[in-house]
Amino acid sequence: MTDQLPTPLPTGCEPSSNCDSRREFLGTAVAAVAMALTGCGKLSKEEFLQHNFRELTKDEIQTIIARLESEYKAKYGKTVKVNNEPAMPGVIFGYALDLSRCIGCRRCVHACVKENNQSRTPEIQWIRVLEMDKEEGVNLQHAEQYYDPAEVPREGHFYMPVQCQQCKKPPCVKVCPVGATWKEKDGIVVVDYNWCIGCRYCMAACPYGARHFNWGEPGLNPADVNPDTHYLGNRPRPKGVVEKCTFCVQRTRKGLYPACVEICPTGSRKFGNLLDAKSEIRQVLEHKRVFKLKEDLNTQPNFFYFYGV
Amino acid sequence: MNTRPIRTAGLTLLLLAAPAFASQPEKGKKGEAVAQEGLQVPKPPFTEGVFPCTACHDGKQVKVNTQRRELAMHSEIELKHGPESRWCLDCHDANSRDNLHLASGEKVDFTVSYKLCGQCHGDKFRDWRLGIHGKRTGSWNGAKQYLLCVHCHNPHAPHFAPLKPMAPPTRPENIKLTKGGAR
Repeated sequence: MTDQLPTPLPTGCEPSSNCDSRREFLGTAVAAVAMALTGCGKLSKEEFLQHNFRELTKDEIQTIIARLESEYKAKYGKTVKVNNEPAMPGVIFGYALDLSRCIGCRRCVHACVKENNQSRTPEIQWIRVLEMDKEEGVNLQHAEQYYDPAEVPREGHFYMPVQCQQCKKPPCVKVCPVGATWKEKDGIVVVDYNWCIGCRYCMAACPYGARHFNWGEPGLNPADVNPDTHYLGNRPRPKGVVEKCTFCVQRTRKGLYPACVEICPTGSRKFGNLLDAKSEIRQVLEHKRVFKLKEDLNTQPNFFYFYGV
Repeated sequence: MNTRPIRTAGLTLLLLAAPAFASQPEKGKKGEAVAQEGLQVPKPPFTEGVFPCTACHDGKQVKVNTQRRELAMHSEIELKHGPESRWCLDCHDANSRDNLHLASGEKVDFTVSYKLCGQCHGDKFRDWRLGIHGKRTGSWNGAKQYLLCVHCHNPHAPHFAPLKPMAPPTRPENIKLTKGGAR
């Protein structure tokens, strides 16, 4: 279903015939009717008729990117660059987080919001830091995410940030009825915000609570907009779609570390190429005690937790 | 843990502060990384105006005194590092104040202080070289910026300092209704 190709032109349709204009007319008519029925008044005809990102040709992508950039320019009054960098060959991204070092300061949470153009009001955060009881160990029944002491770490507690685990077998992808979310070749699970219908099945399927829904129009001040964006990543989202951590696809596909790695004051966050034996992530996997969150669900995360001591 | 304050004259501070690298001829400008054994390490975070130590400890203004004692100078240093017997000249070199020294007596520069730390903390040193311990910034597939041990751990009190956490997430019940949104 999701692999369906765009409908081919009817045979015998010469450029000189009036097929083009008829198609155009029908397209406009369908779009107009759909808009009237769904109440999506803001949706342009082009946007309404746009195909799934994976079915688009290079030219179509360029046209769409140009349209998005002009829309963002009009909305935020500044130039927002929408990039379309594909996955690097020979790279599968992996992430490791040192539970013995994290102090729960939430610098990562806010750096992520800033980098990835999340809605400020209503608030959306892709990283959730859980305060856990040392007595209990990794026990989600004893996790508190709203902790707010004067100083962290608090005595007797440790901290476990949870974000998208970029599973090798992502249940969110499996349940999406329209194929609006998929796993890229470098292991990043992405969302096509223009194809997402907002059914939130993926949110129900994700065992990590890593997906977030734009219940309202995303509240993003023009001054807060990060203009360096990726089509499948941090470009400003519309209302009614699901979003998630993409390992900062706009940064990592250019060779940079994700924003959460860059900001972490304790160096708890490790990132790299799982296929490169010399990468930090491989060193962690080879030398440290590593576990995956909810391993029993067989989601096979590319996100690992470890104990550095 | 031992909390005995040592008041020490003639010792360089390696406190967490803005890097101030006054006048060391062979070193580059402030912020420029120094290549050591293929590792890109930034300048040590000296307290403003404290380096070079020989500005005071030239053997004339301040005489070398290896007597273990409480000192009038450097009173801001509170030594909370290891056993009570530890003191300044275990790491700082009495006769060459702009250097540290290893247990072997070999003098090392402040820019390679990780060698000194690694003598006792060998496991952390190994992990740091592999990229497991410590912060890396820059590029996951290219040039990385390492930090020295002393950028995160004050060598005189190395326990990682607690931080004020940033704002917690809003509880769902407090997320306000916005125009055009369900909540």
